[in-house]
Amino acid sequence: MESLKEIRSRFVPLPVENIDTDQIIPARFLKATTRDGFGKNLFRDWRYMNNDEQQPIQSFILNQQHHGGEILVAGKNFGCGSSREHAAWALKDYGFKAVVSSFFADIFKNNALNNGVLPVKVSDAFLAGIFSLDADDQLHIDVAAQTITQVSTGAQEIFDINPYKKTCLLNGYDDIDYLISIRPAIEQFEASRI
Amino acid sequence: MGLTLFDKIWNEHVVQEIPDGPSVLYIDRHLIHEVTSPQAFRGMEKRGLPIFRPQQIVATADHNVPTLNQHLPIRDELSRMQVQELIKNCANHGIELYGLGHPNQGIVHVIGPELGVTQPGMTIVCGDSHTSTHGAFGTIAFGIGTSEVEMVFASQCLLQTKPRQMRINIEGELMPGVVAKDIILYIIAKISAGGATGYFVEYAGSAIRNLSMEARMTICNMSIEMGARGGLIAPDATTFQYVKGRPFAPAGDAWEQQQSKWKELYTDQDAVFDLELKIQAEHIEPMITYGTNPGMGMSITQSIPSLESLTNEAEKNNLKKSLTYMGLQAGQSLLGMPVQHVFIGSCTNSRIEDLRLVASLVKGKKKHADVQVLIVPGSQEVARQARQEGLDIIFSDAGFELRQAGCSACLGMNEDKVPAGEYCISTSNRNFEGRQGAGARTMLASPLTAAAAALTGKVTDVRSLLS
Repeated sequence: MESLKEIRSRFVPLPVENIDTDQIIPARFLKATTRDGFGKNLFRDWRYMNNDEQQPIQSFILNQQHHGGEILVAGKNFGCGSSREHAAWALKDYGFKAVVSSFFADIFKNNALNNGVLPVKVSDAFLAGIFSLDADDQLHIDVAAQTITQVSTGAQEIFDINPYKKTCLLNGYDDIDYLISIRPAIEQFEASRI
Repeated sequence: MGLTLFDKIWNEHVVQEIPDGPSVLYIDRHLIHEVTSPQAFRGMEKRGLPIFRPQQIVATADHNVPTLNQHLPIRDELSRMQVQELIKNCANHGIELYGLGHPNQGIVHVIGPELGVTQPGMTIVCGDSHTSTHGAFGTIAFGIGTSEVEMVFASQCLLQTKPRQMRINIEGELMPGVVAKDIILYIIAKISAGGATGYFVEYAGSAIRNLSMEARMTICNMSIEMGARGGLIAPDATTFQYVKGRPFAPAGDAWEQQQSKWKELYTDQDAVFDLELKIQAEHIEPMITYGTNPGMGMSITQSIPSLESLTNEAEKNNLKKSLTYMGLQAGQSLLGMPVQHVFIGSCTNSRIEDLRLVASLVKGKKKHADVQVLIVPGSQEVARQARQEGLDIIFSDAGFELRQAGCSACLGMNEDKVPAGEYCISTSNRNFEGRQGAGARTMLASPLTAAAAALTGKVTDVRSLLS
């Protein structure tokens, strides 16, 4: 996994609550056997009319040229529903490095972190503050300091991240390497249960 | 301080704790299917690693399989390749596969319990959010992503932070026409689609103890729909009786030993939960959803909330967005509304008791001419049982189409989809936009309420059909 230390970027506002993983990546795109190429189908049915790339739905935020950046900002309970990691792969492949919301569904949160996409949980008020910013305004996320800052206003909040996961993210470690390294302890545990 | 049921199972499975970090949790059983495993197998191959404990994995093909002509090659090329990749991966790594055509094939959360793979006190994971189903047996069971599937492949462990704990007590007796699905839809409507995020939920109380194992599975299955990591129920005589004699269940002396261990799996009297809720079973009516998440549900006799009744602007916008998608009006009643499709199936409601419940209502009757009714059994075993009991005749006489086992129209990965703009009363677990097909409008309900709609062609209070 690549390391992630900070992000300074414009953001894409999507002020919708309970965005489920079926919206992020519809089930019909889950037939692939690799992790690549899901970005083009991110929010597919919100992005295109009749599933046709020639018919973009202009009102949808990803189709609006004046919004862009590496940070998606969404309403509460982002990523609820299916455990499909394809949702995290689609966000990453599209170019998002972080998602900001006032809370995340548990499985999505783990899936995002396991792919180096940072879920940043902020207060309702801070989220509302971001939604009121201009399209050119930037957010600054500092993983080591655990801060998210609205650059134009200076408003800042500290976000939570498990210290272990923070180390992984800063250094690009993944859980599998760690788990493989403790296999002897796991074998000992198994033997103790018989 | 006493321990909860969850604490007892958790403590038994902690290999070690990382200071300031998660616990290393040992996983007893790993269930896999074709959709969320291929990338994990590829990851292992890239690392050049064998699967650590292949004998603790059970595989099946369910999400992406047709429900007609399963003996023929799958027509959709991508689906066929994905199912073939599962066959190849299982063969290469020595994993037991109950694939298409195998008598044990079926929806992963139906066959686990059916085969006795699921046993009290276990930790069980699967790359599928409805893994919470297995909690009905007093297990810690939860859905994981594909990276986590790879972790379990590599080490039979996961790094997990202990969740908060909630207990929902349901006391009293269910009213006629009200079944397990109504209980869980009632709970989710009460606490919302995100209301249990961060929690593991124990369901308790007299109404739960009186339920069969299959009904308990329906309840635990939908724990994820309120955001819970999982749900579980203390095992009791009903549980032991269900597990006994199944192919993977312990037998002889081992059975006696296990059973005495399992009897210790309950929440101590003085255990404390982070949150506790109480629900009176008599207050629950047949339920139906009107919106685009499972929290947007109500008693079938109620009306959709009015916009004025909501104070929060975001909630108002959500309701408007949902109702636009559903083609419904705020404040409207759903009773009497025509529906075009009825889907009876999914890991929530595709077991033999669900089929019996439907048959009990439709026996000797015919479906409404304007409704298409699809019944998809959860497994080959459920299909066999249905035939043995003559349920297949009841369904065909009623004009219902009985298909072969799979996830089917619950998520519309195969051909079983609801056309855009049409309404489906579904016994599945999600009414998200496009879940049953692009533009499909899903209303979640119990098998009884679904059967009632099949007969009348409209949203119906099943109690009006009960003699």
